[in-house]
This record gives sequence, structure tokens and C-alpha cells, in this order.
Amino acid sequence: MSEEREALTMDTFTQGLWKDNPVFVMMLGLCPALAVTNTAANALAMGLATTFVLICSGLLVSLLRKVIPKQVRIASYIIIIATFVTMADYGIKAISLDLYKALGAFIQLIVVNCIILGRAEAYASKNTPLRAVVNGTGMGLGFTIALLSMGIIREVLGSGTLFGAQVMPDRFQPWSIFVLPPGGFFVLAGWLMLFSWLRQRNTKQEVA
Amino acid sequence: MSDAHAVAAPSPFRLVATLAGIALFSGVLLSLTYEGTKPIIARKEQAALQAAVMEVLPGAVSQRSYQRNETGWVLLNEGAEGANLYEGLDADGNRVGFALTGEARGYADVIRILYGYDPEQKQVIGLKVLSSNETPGLGDKIEKDPAFQENFTALDASLEYPIRTVKNGEKEHPWQVDGISGATVSSKAVGKALRESTAQWVPVLDNAIEGGEVQP
Repeated sequence: MSEEREALTMDTFTQGLWKDNPVFVMMLGLCPALAVTNTAANALAMGLATTFVLICSGLLVSLLRKVIPKQVRIASYIIIIATFVTMADYGIKAISLDLYKALGAFIQLIVVNCIILGRAEAYASKNTPLRAVVNGTGMGLGFTIALLSMGIIREVLGSGTLFGAQVMPDRFQPWSIFVLPPGGFFVLAGWLMLFSWLRQRNTKQEVA
Repeated sequence: MSDAHAVAAPSPFRLVATLAGIALFSGVLLSLTYEGTKPIIARKEQAALQAAVMEVLPGAVSQRSYQRNETGWVLLNEGAEGANLYEGLDADGNRVGFALTGEARGYADVIRILYGYDPEQKQVIGLKVLSSNETPGLGDKIEKDPAFQENFTALDASLEYPIRTVKNGEKEHPWQVDGISGATVSSKAVGKALRESTAQWVPVLDNAIEGGEVQP
């Protein structure tokens, strides 16, 4: 495969951070992006758990890319992904029960996060382990940054705190709507507007 | 396309062997993780529950746990599982009260509470929500709202009148719980959990104390 001979470039890593950001550009993984970004800490934990699963499953899928027959590849990927998700689940429970309670079922639901299966199928299964890990790290961090940028806004406006510490003046009345599900949609819409505006501006500049 | 498929088609044995191999690897990895994290998780859960018992029994510095079985109450060793009654003791070893659990359906899901009960005063002396899934900003006020928590510093649980949640600002009697406006369902659920749990446990506890089954 010609792809495997491609050199490891910076782009392998930054693809997920900006150009193909999973949430803001590819619009993948919106379910956790809306559900667990009501505080910055939840968003960070969710992003890191997903990054862990992305890197580990990417590595394993890439290592086994010549062993797994095409016919059973999806089933194999799902087993591999589910294994690492369950490990992350136990890990988070051992790190903090409060965090585990806050993230609820969304940890287990990383299994069906399309970013991960998408990376396994479209990238890791066709590239060397090193490239898969680097790309997975980039994608995971891009996802974490996207979740954090939503979580920070929602927590500051919705509860007046950031990572649990008060940041807004005492007389600030928290806009509870931001920690409720509709607030997730508002914040996501705001970020998507910003991103499409940036994209349009870039295209216009190229044309001009 | 069918040509490529025919060329690549491996034997069914190979397909099964691959899946079985991956599943085996997954199983090994998971049992290692499970065994590794199990003691940590159990310790954290135990610590969280112990902290909650201390919280609902103001003044308690140590605790004992009991389990009820067919013959009566059994004192459990520290860290043992299966307790359904916790006793809080103050610095002199006197009983502060008992911590009991209760649950009732809230707005979103079942609300589980732990509350402190003082058998001498026949009062609820503290309450903590162990788990709930109430609406953030509205129903979850039952967990943190100081005015609501104030209800449970001396709530009459003598069973002469059952515990009831009333509308915000209408509390008149010591057995009433002053509800939260905007969180009616959630605050009523806390009242219901207390009413049902006290109705079940208070007579049992009174008997146990009279009969000397629970150490004084």
C-alpha cells in the first residue's frame, strides 16, 4: 500500500486537532459532546477517556491489520474497542467515584462513538502502528479540546464556576439553561458558527 | 468486485480463530484490569459511605455497622459488606444515633438517601442524598440547598404523624418538610423516602434497643 510509505508528518498529528477536528469539523461524537460537557471537569475526563481508547485501539488494530481477515474486521474492531472502554470504565471508577457518577453511562457508550470505529476502519487498519498512534493522539486531543471548549463555557455561564472554583462575581446569577441539555445545543451552535465563518473567510481569501 | 472477494476469502476456521483469539486477549486484559481496580473501588465506596454516615450523624467520630437477619441484629466487623444499619458514636463512645437508608422515585430516577435517626429524641438529625439523577439547577437542590437541609436537623420521626413534604414556606409542624419551590417532585420524593423508611425501621429499632439486641 502506498499510504504506508508516506512519511510521518506533522499533519498526521494535527489533522485531528484542527483541519479534521472530530466535533467541530467532522461532526462526530456529538452525543457525548452535548451530554457530558456541563462542567469542564466532566468534559476533560470524557475527552481523556476517549483519547485513551482511541490510542490503544488504534495501536492494536494497526498491529493486527494483516492478521484480521476483512470479513470479520468490524466485529474484531468492536471487541478491541469494547475492551479498552471497559478498562477505562474501571479506571475512572477507581480514580474517582464522583467523576464516575457524573459521567454515568457515557463512559460505556464510548464503544459506539463513531470517531473511534471511524479511525480504526479508515486509518489504523491501513497504516503503521506509529502513524496510527500519532494520528489517534491528535484526534483524541482534538476531541478533548472541543469538549473542553464547550465545557468551560457551559460551566462558567451555567454555574459561575470553572473546575469547581468560583470565577464569576457573587452577584452573578448563573444561567442554569447552560448546564441543561438545551444549553449544550446553544454552545455547540456557537462554536460551529465560528468554525464555518473561519472556513468561509479562508476560502474567500484564497479566491481573492 | 466479486473476484476480489473470492480471492480474499479465507477459510471459516480462520475467521473464527481470529475472533476467538481477539476475544481471549480481551478477556485476559479485562480480568487483569478488574482484579487490579476491584480493591481500590471497594475501598473508595466504603470510604464514601462511611463519610456519609458521619455527615448525617453530627458529632459522631466512629461508627459500627449492623446487619439484620432472621435472628436479629448482628454486629459486623469493620469493612464487612451487607450492612443495613450504621450506628454513630461520639468521642466518649455514646450513641449519637443510627444512619438508615431510604429510597423513593423522584422526577428523573430513584432518589436514594441516607439519614441519621436519634432514637432518644425520635428525630431525624441529618440527611444526605446518596444518589439521584434530578434536573441540574432545579431538582438537584435537594442535595445542596441549605434551607432544605435545615429541615433535617430536628425532624419529628415519632410516627405519631407521618413525615410529609409541604409547600415551600408552609411548614408548621415538626414532622413536616419544607419543600423547595421549583423542585416539588424531588422534595416530595425525599419526604416519601423518609416516611416509608421510618415507618419500616423505627418500630424495629425501638424493639431492638428495648430487647438489648443492639448494644446500648
